[in-house]
Amino acid sequence: MSLPASSVILSASMAVAAGLIGSYGLMRRMTLAADAFSHVALPGIGVAILFRVNPLAGALVALLLGALLIWTLEGRTRLATETIIGVVFSAALAIGALLTTGEQLMDALFGAPGALSNVELIAGLAGAAAVTAFVLLARDRLIVTFLSSDIARTAGIDVRRLSLLYLLAFGVTVALGLRYLGALLMGSLMIIPAATARRLAPNLTGMLTIAVALSVFATLFGSWLAAQTGRETGPVIVSVAAVCFFLSLASRREGVR
Amino acid sequence: MLEVEHLSVRLGDVDLLRDLSFSVPAGSSLAVIGPNGSGKTVLFRALIGALPHSGSVRWAPGARIGYVPQKLDLERDLPVTGRDLLFARARLAARPPSEIDSALTRVGLLPDVLKKLVGTLSGGQFQRLLMAFALLTSPTVLLLDEPTAGVDEPGQERMNDTVRRLQAEGVTVLLISHDLSVVFRFATNVLCLTRDHTCFGIPREVLTPDILAQVYGEPVGLFVHDEPAR
Repeated sequence: MSLPASSVILSASMAVAAGLIGSYGLMRRMTLAADAFSHVALPGIGVAILFRVNPLAGALVALLLGALLIWTLEGRTRLATETIIGVVFSAALAIGALLTTGEQLMDALFGAPGALSNVELIAGLAGAAAVTAFVLLARDRLIVTFLSSDIARTAGIDVRRLSLLYLLAFGVTVALGLRYLGALLMGSLMIIPAATARRLAPNLTGMLTIAVALSVFATLFGSWLAAQTGRETGPVIVSVAAVCFFLSLASRREGVR
Repeated sequence: MLEVEHLSVRLGDVDLLRDLSFSVPAGSSLAVIGPNGSGKTVLFRALIGALPHSGSVRWAPGARIGYVPQKLDLERDLPVTGRDLLFARARLAARPPSEIDSALTRVGLLPDVLKKLVGTLSGGQFQRLLMAFALLTSPTVLLLDEPTAGVDEPGQERMNDTVRRLQAEGVTVLLISHDLSVVFRFATNVLCLTRDHTCFGIPREVLTPDILAQVYGEPVGLFVHDEPAR
C-alpha cells in the first residue's frame, strides 16, 4: 500500500514547520503549553461542523484567535505563558468535547486521514511555506528575544510584534497537522523532535537541522508504517518520534557532548 | 544623554519606584546603589522601556543602548553557543563577523567561548559574553547590572578595566553595584535608592555615613582613599 504523492509532500512540509516552530517553542519554555495550545482547535472544529463549513478552517480560526488571546494575556499579566495556556486551553478541550459528537471528536483528536482536496493541499503547502520562511528569516531576532526580551528591546527588536508572529505561526503549524495527527498529538510532533535535537545538537543550527530531519522522518516513516500495519496514522507517527527521543537518551550517556 | 523626570513604576498596589528624577550627562557615569529589593533592576528595565511606568524617560537622540543584565535564567543544555548569540547580534546590526573577535578581545574572552554552550559558561564568562554582545553595536551608553556579581577576583579586575576603557572612549555608563569602592572609583554621580529615601549627587558629597546607613540598613564603615576619581 503506497501513499499518494500529494499527501507525502504536504505531510513532509508540515513536519518541517513543526520541527522549526517546536525548536523555538522549547527555548520559549512552551513544552507543555504546546500540547494544551493545540487543544484550542477543538471548539473551532465543533463550531465549523455545526455551521457545515470545513472543520480544518474552523480549527485554523480558533487557533489564530487562541494565539491572539495568549499574546494579549502575556502583555497584560505577569503570568508565565505556560500557566496561561495551561488554564485557558485545557478549558477549550472541555468546550470542544461538548460541541462535538463522539466520532467527530475522535477524528479531531487523533486525525482523520482521507483524500485531500486541492484547496486543502494548496492552503497546507502555503501555510507550511509561510511558517518555514518566518522562522528562517526571524531566526536571529527569535534567538535574542527568547534569550532575554530586555536585551532584545535594546537591540531594537519589536518584542511584542515578534511574539505575536511566533504565536500565530505556532497556531498555523498546529492547524497543518490536524488532518494527520489531530489536536491531541500535533503538539507532540512539535515538541518531541525538538527535544531530541536539543540533546544531540552542538549548536543552534544543529538543533534546527536535527529537529526538522527527525520530524520529517517520524512523519513519513510513521505514515508508511501505519499504512503497512493498518493502524491510525497519528499515534504511529508520534510513537516513532518518541522512540527516537529515547534512543537519544542512550547516546547522550555515551558522551555525545 | 538621559533625562528622567518623576519616574514611577507600580506593580498592582506596590510602588516599586516612586517619583525619581535625575539626569545623566553624556560621557559621565552614574552608579545606582541600594539594598536588595530597592528597585535598582526595575529602574534599568523601566529605562529601556521594558516596564510600564509613569513620568518621562528621555534618551538623547541617536543613543545606542547596550544592556548587560545581572543574570539570565538559562537552561544548561540549551544548544545555543556563544557563536550563535554573537553572530545573531552581528547580523542584526549588519556588522561584519570580524568585529566579533575584537569585541571578545575587549572583554578579555578567548575565542573558544564561541564553541561552548552559553548555559555551561561560568558566571564571569557569561557576563563578559553579554558585555561583548552589547559592545558589538558600539553603544553610546551601557547599562550594567552588577557586572561583577559572582565573578572571581581576576575576572572582576578585567571587567573593571573594560568599563574604565569604555569610559575613556566617551561611553556613558550606568552601573548598579554593591561595591562602594567601585562606586567611588567609577562614578561621576551616584543615585541611591531606599524604600523611603532617594539621593542623587557626587559620591563624596552624597554618600555620608548617615545616608549609607539608610541605604544598607546598618552603619557602614568606609575609608575613602585619595586615589584620583575618574
